Amino acid sequence: MGWYIGKRVLQMVPVFIGATLLVYAMVFLVPGDPIQAMFGERAVNPNVAAQIRQQYHLDQPFINQYLIWLGGIFQGDFGTSFSGRPVIDEIAQVYPTTVRLALMALVLEAVLGVVLGAVAGLRRGRWFDSTALVLSLLLIAVPTFVMGFLLQAVVGVKLKWLPVTVGADVSLRSLLMPAFVLASVSIAYVLRLTRTSVAENAQADFVRTARAKGLGAGQVVRRHILRNSLIPVVTFLGVDLGALMGGAIVTEGIFNIPGVGNKLFQAIIRGQGPTVVSLVTILVLVFMLTSLIVDLLYAALDPRIRLV
Amino acid sequence: MDESGLGQIDALDESVPPASLWREAGRKLVRRPSFIVAAVMILIVVAVTCFPGLFASGDPNSGCFLASRFGGPSAGHPLGFDQQGCDIYTRIIHGARPSVLVGALTMLTVLLLGGTVGALAGWRGGWLDAILSRLGDIFYAIPTVLAALVFLNSQKDRSGVVMVVLVIAAFAWPQMARITRGAVLAVKNADFVTAARALGVSNRRILVSHVLPNAAAPMIVTATVSLGTYIVLEATLSFLGLGLPLTMHSWGSQISAAQGLIRTHPEQLLWPSAALALTVLAFIMLGDAVRDALDPKARR
Repeated sequence: MGWYIGKRVLQMVPVFIGATLLVYAMVFLVPGDPIQAMFGERAVNPNVAAQIRQQYHLDQPFINQYLIWLGGIFQGDFGTSFSGRPVIDEIAQVYPTTVRLALMALVLEAVLGVVLGAVAGLRRGRWFDSTALVLSLLLIAVPTFVMGFLLQAVVGVKLKWLPVTVGADVSLRSLLMPAFVLASVSIAYVLRLTRTSVAENAQADFVRTARAKGLGAGQVVRRHILRNSLIPVVTFLGVDLGALMGGAIVTEGIFNIPGVGNKLFQAIIRGQGPTVVSLVTILVLVFMLTSLIVDLLYAALDPRIRLV
Repeated sequence: MDESGLGQIDALDESVPPASLWREAGRKLVRRPSFIVAAVMILIVVAVTCFPGLFASGDPNSGCFLASRFGGPSAGHPLGFDQQGCDIYTRIIHGARPSVLVGALTMLTVLLLGGTVGALAGWRGGWLDAILSRLGDIFYAIPTVLAALVFLNSQKDRSGVVMVVLVIAAFAWPQMARITRGAVLAVKNADFVTAARALGVSNRRILVSHVLPNAAAPMIVTATVSLGTYIVLEATLSFLGLGLPLTMHSWGSQISAAQGLIRTHPEQLLWPSAALALTVLAFIMLGDAVRDALDPKARR
């Protein structure tokens, strides 16, 4: 196991460096003058421009810029944004909201997906199963932003059950609708994954044995079918947490949530390079770490994996 | 557990050669109602994509009069008019082409790029496999929408179908590469490949006539399932204002234009959204049906 962990962690190093280099190049290695962008339509004094360039190391060759930035990251320094604030402050301001939103989405998809999927899998081929499958198709096919507008128009504007947008009020109640929208596609995947897995396990020999020895139906489902079926589901949920945080850009925009996605979108549009690279880097890190944890959990559960 | 007994085995007609995977899959497909529905929907979408003039007379840009702004349905204008007095129906019909074009071209690019990389990694193995797999991990670690937004924002003057296709494909290929690599690895050590090699068949010949046909099924399944996802990605990028240029009237940018009207004219949002969702639904249903037909494990 120790050998497997070491190998898996070592593999992350080139991926992290490659991914950050790629993002850095997409932000800083493109035509266009970030200094001019900072000043908008106004004229920039060449002297001032040179000073700012030096301050942000923009006068150095690209690879030096990247190495200086990477060195900072390893010391916990995420650089200074074009507005003069440390990027880490901007991150700290928006991160809690997105983490809360993503966790709510994760809980929703785990509960709804597993419950609906398990019932569908146990009643394969009946009306509940068919309805759940059609529902999952719809959840996958309706794009996030369409789902968002649909719920805003019906639940928010018409029925007035939940607030239409979030704004400064990031309470659980106002985040409920955006969390569902963010989770909608994943709910469908969890539902299908659970359904297939439960239906497969329900026919396994060990379930037949459990029934034959006289175990009650509830016990068989809970202790034998569900426990064995949830391993792939837990894997999916783990990896999805990272994806949810990265995917929050559209949801946060529609519902006006002051989170990472919104901040990142504004930074991209306004050409605030340092903010963009550091926010994306954190998202990449979260994604890589959740994948790592899931892989290690999986290896702990299934000895065949660490032997390969 | 199936306990069908020997009756079924006796009933097999041994004089007929067993149907190939593809013929079997084709037979299964036409028997599924969801496949028929998806196929009809896709045929309509493709017809609209190729010949929008047959479905809507007139250009999406001409015939816009401010006087008919938010006008309700009338003769020749079944869906009414939008904020700028343009015919909504005509715009929806002309919005099909960019969506379907981007989806299909992205799928082909991903098949080509991901397929080649995956086949190389699986077939050669060793250090090439390690390098190509890590390269895939790098692109996989960055969320596609984010990467596309960052890149497209720096190429605003040159945005177009080709640019959007390339940037989505650039970050979507690792999944296809992983699937292909796995399939090639599974076939590589099969007995019939060893036999072919023992007979002196060349490497290239083995790859083309033994490995690729066997890896094709999972690749095709992945490609059809992702096609709908690529259409959603294009719409999302256009919705955020960084996808296709506004002059192409993609459904994503139509939805984006109508989003401020959600409280006053929600029906303006409804039509392009419905067109987009139905198209994606058709391709997702097709992908589902193809997977069930080609995947021996998905017995129903």
